[in-house]
Parts: sequence; C-alpha cells; structure tokens
Amino acid sequence: MQSVMTFISALGKYDFLQSALITAIMVGVMSGMIGSFIILRGMSMMGDAISHAVLPGVAVAYMLGINVMIGASVFGILAAGLIGLVASKSKIKTDTSIGIVFSAFYALGFILISLAESSTNLHHILFGNILAVSDTDMMTTTVVLGLVILFVVFFYKELLITSFDPTFAQTYGFRVQILHYALMLVLTLVTVSALQTVGIILVVAMLITPAATAFLWTDRLGVMLGLAATIGAVASIVGLYFSYTFNWASGPAIVLVAAVLFGISFVISPKQALLPTLFKGKAQLRRRVTA
Amino acid sequence: MLKVQNLTVAYSDTPVFADVAVNFNAGKITGIIGPNGAGKSTLIKAMLGLIKSQTGTVSFNGHALKQFQKQIAYVEQRKDLDLTFPISVFDVVLTGTYGKLGLFRQPSKADRQRCLVALKQVDLVEFANRQIGQLSGGQLQRVFVARAILQDAQLIILDEPFVGIDLQSETAIMAILHQWRDEGKTIIVVHHDLNKVSHYFDDLVILNHGIVDYGPVDDVYTPANIERTFSADLSAVLFAKGGAQ
Repeated sequence: MQSVMTFISALGKYDFLQSALITAIMVGVMSGMIGSFIILRGMSMMGDAISHAVLPGVAVAYMLGINVMIGASVFGILAAGLIGLVASKSKIKTDTSIGIVFSAFYALGFILISLAESSTNLHHILFGNILAVSDTDMMTTTVVLGLVILFVVFFYKELLITSFDPTFAQTYGFRVQILHYALMLVLTLVTVSALQTVGIILVVAMLITPAATAFLWTDRLGVMLGLAATIGAVASIVGLYFSYTFNWASGPAIVLVAAVLFGISFVISPKQALLPTLFKGKAQLRRRVTA
Repeated sequence: MLKVQNLTVAYSDTPVFADVAVNFNAGKITGIIGPNGAGKSTLIKAMLGLIKSQTGTVSFNGHALKQFQKQIAYVEQRKDLDLTFPISVFDVVLTGTYGKLGLFRQPSKADRQRCLVALKQVDLVEFANRQIGQLSGGQLQRVFVARAILQDAQLIILDEPFVGIDLQSETAIMAILHQWRDEGKTIIVVHHDLNKVSHYFDDLVILNHGIVDYGPVDDVYTPANIERTFSADLSAVLFAKGGAQ
C-alpha cells in the first residue's frame, strides 16, 4: 500500500512519469483493440512479423531525420505485401512466408541501426523505454490512438465480416484485400507506438495477450474490444507501477502483468476455463453419486 | 436466368473442368450433383468469382454477374467457418444487410426487425442471443439461410446445405427454398449425395469434370446418367423398384 501511495505522489511530482503513464495507457487501449482483430483473424504470427519488420523503417527514419511513423509504415506495409506475394505466388505456406520475410527485415534493421550508430539506442528500440517518452512521442501516440478508434468505429461492420466470414464479404463484392492492408497499416502504426512502451520484441504480447484475455470473458465482439482495451490499459498501469517501484524494465513488467491477467482468466473465466469445468465436472459427479 | 458459357477452371495446369456451358432457370430449384471431386464447389466458386477461371463468362439476365453482386446470396459450407467467433445468432443474420448497406452505414431498426422475422421463419427466435458455436449443425444451417433471406437476393446459391442436419432443419430450409422459387428467384443447390434428388429439385445438373447432362430433373435423373457418372451398382440400387425414390 505504501508503495502505491509513493507511486501516486511521484506521478504528481514528475512530468516524465505522467507522460509515461498516459502513453502506456494509450498504447494499452489501441493494441487491445487492434489485437482483438488480429487474434480473431488468426493472424498472431502476422502481428509478430509486422512488429519486427518495422525495425529497418525505424533505422531509416533516424538516418533521414524523418518521422519514425513514416519509415515504419513503409516497411510494415512492404513486409505485409511481400508476405502476401510469396504466399500467393508460390506453393509456400503463409507461416513459412512470414518467417522468411520478417527475419530478413529484422536482420536488415539490425545492420541499418548499427550503421546509423546515432543516439538511437538499440536496447530501447528492442525493449522500450517508457520513462523517456518525449512530448512529441506523446502527441504522435495520441494521433495514432485517434486513428485506431476512427478506423474501428467507421469500419466496424467490415472488420467484423472480414474477420468472421471473408468469403461471404467477397460474394457481395467487398474488396477484402484492401481492408486487410488497411489493417496492416494501422497495425504498423500501433506497433511503432507500442515500441516506446514495451519495445519491438514484446509488441506482439500487447497485441494478443489482452485480446485473448478478453476473448475468454465474452462472446460479443463489441464487448471484447472494450474489454481488451481496458485490460491493455490496466496491464500498462500496473506494469508501470511495478517498473517504478521495483526498478524493473517497464516493457517486460507490463507484459508480465498482462500474462498474469490472462492466467487468472484462463483459470476462472466462465467461457472455457479450468475451474468452471472442474466444478461442473465435480457437480455432475456428485449428482451422479447421489442419484 | 443465370447463363454460364465456356467456363474453364484449372489448378496449376490440371483442369478441373473445361468449357462448361449450363443455364440455371429463374423460379426453379436446381441441384448440382456429381461424385466427390467432380468440381461442384469449384463450379459455383468460379461462377461467383471467388476463384479465378481461365476462360468463360457468367451472365445473369443478360448482364455480367459481376454487376449483380449485391443480388447474390451465397450460403457456404459450414465447415469453412470459425464457430468460436464472438458473435450471436442475431448478429450473424444481420450481416446479411451489409452488402446492400455499403460503407459507413449501419443496419437500421427496420433491418433489425427484418432480422427477427427471418429468424422466426427458420424457427430460431429463442436462439437469437446465443453464440453461434452453441448451435447444432442443423440450427446453424438455418441461421445462414436466415441470413440469405435478409440479403433479399435474386440468385441464391447453397453449398451442401443438407449435410449432417436434422429433419426439422431440412424441412424448414426446404420451405424457404420453395418460397424463394415461388417468388421467381434462381436457386442453386450443390448436393452431396443422391438422396431425395427428385424430391428436392426441379432441375438438375450432373457434373463430373464437365457437364454430363442438365435439364428438368425427370429428364436428367435417369439410370443411364447415374450409371455413366457414378456406377452401375449405384444406379441399380437407386432405380430398383421401391428403392430410394
């Protein structure tokens, strides 16, 4: 309790901690929402791939002095396109195609960053450095959050049907591929935002863990989106608290909290989890014994 | 009338069928039968433009079918769907309005009302709020037929709707198909076996890597055609006195 009070009073005192908290919450919300569609479309691997594939974009952006979002978007979309191209124009399966493309991009990113050798700290890109969030970063994150919310609100119907039943959408003439690439673009923007809080390596955790946790609690898409956003935000707040209090790295702290929330849900959630099933089993057994 | 002309589909140089020409009449329920792997699903997917065809045209009432995409309702095979998806029966049926709504418009109150009516027609109102994975195969099939009702389409294509469903569902679905037929719609049903062929269909297409025969069911569903497409044994069993018919 003491440490919670310390954390709260520190929040009042230090601007950097406020920025960190606000940014972390925004990232938690946006990755929960986009992550929901990623897991429902069975694209967790793709999420992981895109998040790694933006690395050369980040490096090039630093070299040219342009906005990281632009560099990352170019490489994110390029990777998504290449993955699609290899999978559709050859007999190679999508997961293999993902593996080839994203590792190549990731490798290229490493080399470019070592060439750039700027103030960019590779360690921070890989693991995040939420306590060093600048005002510009925070502004960019706010814009991305706005975009994500607009995207989900305006294309809710299309996101739903192409996730659930893409063939059906195709039969009435909807261009499924265009929405796919739009989602990939939004995903790269979310990835770059999440890069500040948890770093490239752990972005995928922010995308899929809160969304998967929400999935365990509901069978309505709208509720799942809200819940995933909330869980993402809660994990970010609690993770940041642990990070500040025990001096843990912020990214791993946030990701671990999200994983613990998933673990708890896995055990007690009504939908499919362990405890209800066990109890149901026992109750049935008891009924059978007494009958 | 749906007119298919010299349609050819090949998967990496192996043709599934070549130069298929066949007509589907309005106001008729047309069945497509053929052995496993004869290209039944491929034919309708190629007609719908879901897979690429090498040659051929598909026209509906004299215009390219592509211009009529919002007039098509396609009821795909249930096994192709993710039944764990967080969506209710009601919301699945409601997606039937999406095609005509287009971008940025949401289903209206009237659409939701139509949705309830459709659910009533297939006798699933009490399941409206269930997650779709909690339904039986037959109930699920009725959900997708209800969605097709909401699409209010002129051309309705069903891929193996009667596989593994209960009698109640089958009867409910047949009632809807008959209603559509009476409204003058074009109905195409891919059928997985030879049971009740003349009971279900008005017209019949027999497919086996190409059209074997097509026309009114009584002219096409003959011992000779079945023997030619399937086997003499099957033909003997089906057309034996007091047999399946």
